[in-house]
Amino acid sequence: MTAQHARTHSIDVSSILRDQKKTDEPNEPCIKVENLNLFYAQKQALHDVSMEMHKKKVTAYIGPSGCGKSTLLRCINRMNDLVDNVTIEGKILLDNENIYDKTVNVAALRRRVGMVFQKPNPFPKSIFENVTYGLRIQGINDKRILEETVESALRGAALWDEVKDRLNDNALGLSGGQQQRLVIARAIAIEPEVLLLDEPASALDPISTLKIEELINELKEKYTIVIVTHNMQQAARVSDYTAFMFMGELIEMGTTSELFTNPRKQQTEDYITGRYG
Amino acid sequence: MIRIKAWFKSGAPWVWLNAAAVSTCLIMVVGVLGLIVVRGAGHFWPAPVVQFSYQEPDGQTRTIIGEHVDTSITPAAMAKSSGHIMADDEDTLVQYLVKTGNRDITGTDFRWILERNIKQQQSPAELMVVERREWGNFYGQLVAVKESGKVIAEGEQAGPVAQARINEALAVFDEIAHLEKKEVGGINYKLDQLRLEQKGLQLKNRWDAAAEQRISVEKAELEIEYKKYQAQLLELYKQIRRDSLVAKTESGQEVEVPLAKVVRVYWPNTMSMFDKIGHYGVKVVEFLTDDPREANTEGGIFPAIFGTVMMVLMMSVIVTPFGVIAAVYLREYAKQGFITRLIRIAVNNLAGVPSIVYGVFGLGFFVYILGGNIDQLFYPEAAPAPVYGTPGLLWASITLALLTLPVVIVSTEEGLARIPRSIREGSLALGATKLETLWLTVLPMASPAMMTGLILAVARAAGEVAPLMLVGVVKLAPTLPLDGNYPFLHLDRKFMHLGFHIYDVGFQSPNVEAARPLVYATSLLLVLVIVGLNLSAILIRNHLREKYRALEG
Repeated sequence: MTAQHARTHSIDVSSILRDQKKTDEPNEPCIKVENLNLFYAQKQALHDVSMEMHKKKVTAYIGPSGCGKSTLLRCINRMNDLVDNVTIEGKILLDNENIYDKTVNVAALRRRVGMVFQKPNPFPKSIFENVTYGLRIQGINDKRILEETVESALRGAALWDEVKDRLNDNALGLSGGQQQRLVIARAIAIEPEVLLLDEPASALDPISTLKIEELINELKEKYTIVIVTHNMQQAARVSDYTAFMFMGELIEMGTTSELFTNPRKQQTEDYITGRYG
Repeated sequence: MIRIKAWFKSGAPWVWLNAAAVSTCLIMVVGVLGLIVVRGAGHFWPAPVVQFSYQEPDGQTRTIIGEHVDTSITPAAMAKSSGHIMADDEDTLVQYLVKTGNRDITGTDFRWILERNIKQQQSPAELMVVERREWGNFYGQLVAVKESGKVIAEGEQAGPVAQARINEALAVFDEIAHLEKKEVGGINYKLDQLRLEQKGLQLKNRWDAAAEQRISVEKAELEIEYKKYQAQLLELYKQIRRDSLVAKTESGQEVEVPLAKVVRVYWPNTMSMFDKIGHYGVKVVEFLTDDPREANTEGGIFPAIFGTVMMVLMMSVIVTPFGVIAAVYLREYAKQGFITRLIRIAVNNLAGVPSIVYGVFGLGFFVYILGGNIDQLFYPEAAPAPVYGTPGLLWASITLALLTLPVVIVSTEEGLARIPRSIREGSLALGATKLETLWLTVLPMASPAMMTGLILAVARAAGEVAPLMLVGVVKLAPTLPLDGNYPFLHLDRKFMHLGFHIYDVGFQSPNVEAARPLVYATSLLLVLVIVGLNLSAILIRNHLREKYRALEG
């Protein structure tokens, strides 16, 4: 990135921040990460990360590629358990319970902490079946309940009007942006407490991205949201808190306006002004 | 030079080479299919019956009646060395193979005759072909129809009367077959069950007056029923034995052909094209739906079709769950490492083991060890007759399932490996356990791959003969493995198989010459059955593919 670009970048971000009126007063913490270390075999990917995420707020993780932000996100619903040779030390407290405790039911945890991935991953089933997937797993087969949930989840994901007449069509027939909103609908259909979004708009076109961002603003009324993003404008637009990570370490975390306008660390400033590298 | 170099560089020779390879393959496939279609399908066409006036080597002139089946042309030199006397101006020796039938009279079905010794050749309208249940075809001239030894029609009227009487006899024959197979067969089966029950109770020391009373009552009831059918059968037999045909053979001898032994009579030389097509259709239907006659060289091959399909279906039912479960374990649960690598190598090598080895294993392990122990544990009353301790449908299916297991495992594993990680993660992120993820998304999405495995398995199993000869296939099975007697599916029974049928008819039959067209027809049918089984599997797979069209990339 050239210096010229970098300058416009930082100006952009601050203008966005000026436009938004954010409630900066801290809320009660919902997720607490305490001294988290993560190793892939011998290689350490997260170094002693500690942070708090607040209830019904949007927290964004930013940082260069490979800095561990996705890894950290995937720790919150224990998605990293699926990776071979991974070792995790430390604690993550969800409502004051350590999710890495031996007694924790991982499937139940993931019902409380939903996740949306970088690339839309609908199942090759009908739209209806996609949204009701989580409910059916819980053994809910009452048609009336399923139908109600599908409607409310699709409305919640701002997709209802586009698909209400073709609920039985294959979900793979939807556009990328619609698929991503469908995946969000699928996640909120089981009413989680936390929603993890792993670069949810990076594979989408600008209009779909805008729709997803609007959706995030609506969803935070009900859910605690953690979002990983490459795009600093996006972080500035949608988040209340931002954490900057670099090389597996949490460098700085604060309210979004503070972090972007008045970073405390040099590394953070370098990154958000585009001088990182 | 430069132009040739440039030509090589352009890649054109490479394209030609590829095209040549593909066309060679195509020609071979088309050639194989073409040969069996032409040879097999022609078998049922009514050939004209020819009357030759033939000068025998001893100088006498005789009449030979028969179908001209084949012509062989031998160069003069070769003919001389095999003992034929050749004139100087003759380049070749032409011989005809004539199917003369009348094996009961002349002792042979076929004879070779020399073309140069044929004085006259014609196809008179009155020559008739009688297909019989014994002794093969009869060729000759109808003289009269007899009822209980008295002539009822002669000359011109004999033909229509004979046809009418044959239709009557055939109806009676069907009734007899139905009574014997279905009703009397059912009674015999029940009697046998009672005998086994009695023996079983005796073995367990529970044979008391009450049991004896019950079983003897049941036996008596069955006996009464049997008597009733026996009386009916006796009556029918009398009826079917009443009529006979009187016919003249090529040598002018008059013989009597009982109608009970006649399947059909026709006059091929007077048949119109339409009649011939009708005859052809009837023969094809007979081939597909009837039991074999005359050591499998005549009649139909329905039991073999049924046995083949049944065995393949059973094999599919057994191999699919085993293969899929093994593949799921290897791919989803087992820790990838040295041991799983070793297992994969073993599985792949299993596919290369010659099939007869599986047959030997099936006989040694399944039939003798497993079956023998099952007999000892569950069927002590049947001893010394084995129930499962002898080759049968179950063991044949299991042996072939073992043979095709590697194919199913390998393709299922490939299918599982192709499911994108994102789909699994999506399911897990919704709170599904690993098992739920497998059942609800991964396995359905891998089902086209499983079907591919099954298609390959079916293709291999349906054509396999060698191991079957050891574990369950027989030349002639008296009963189908599926019938109306409880428990309906008799897995312990031996069965017939198209592949073995080809071998048996082609190489083991007493009358190889007569059976050769049947070999082609049966081959054609075997190919059609396999194509049919495969096509249905492919249709299911394509349907599944469409349904679970995965995310690309």
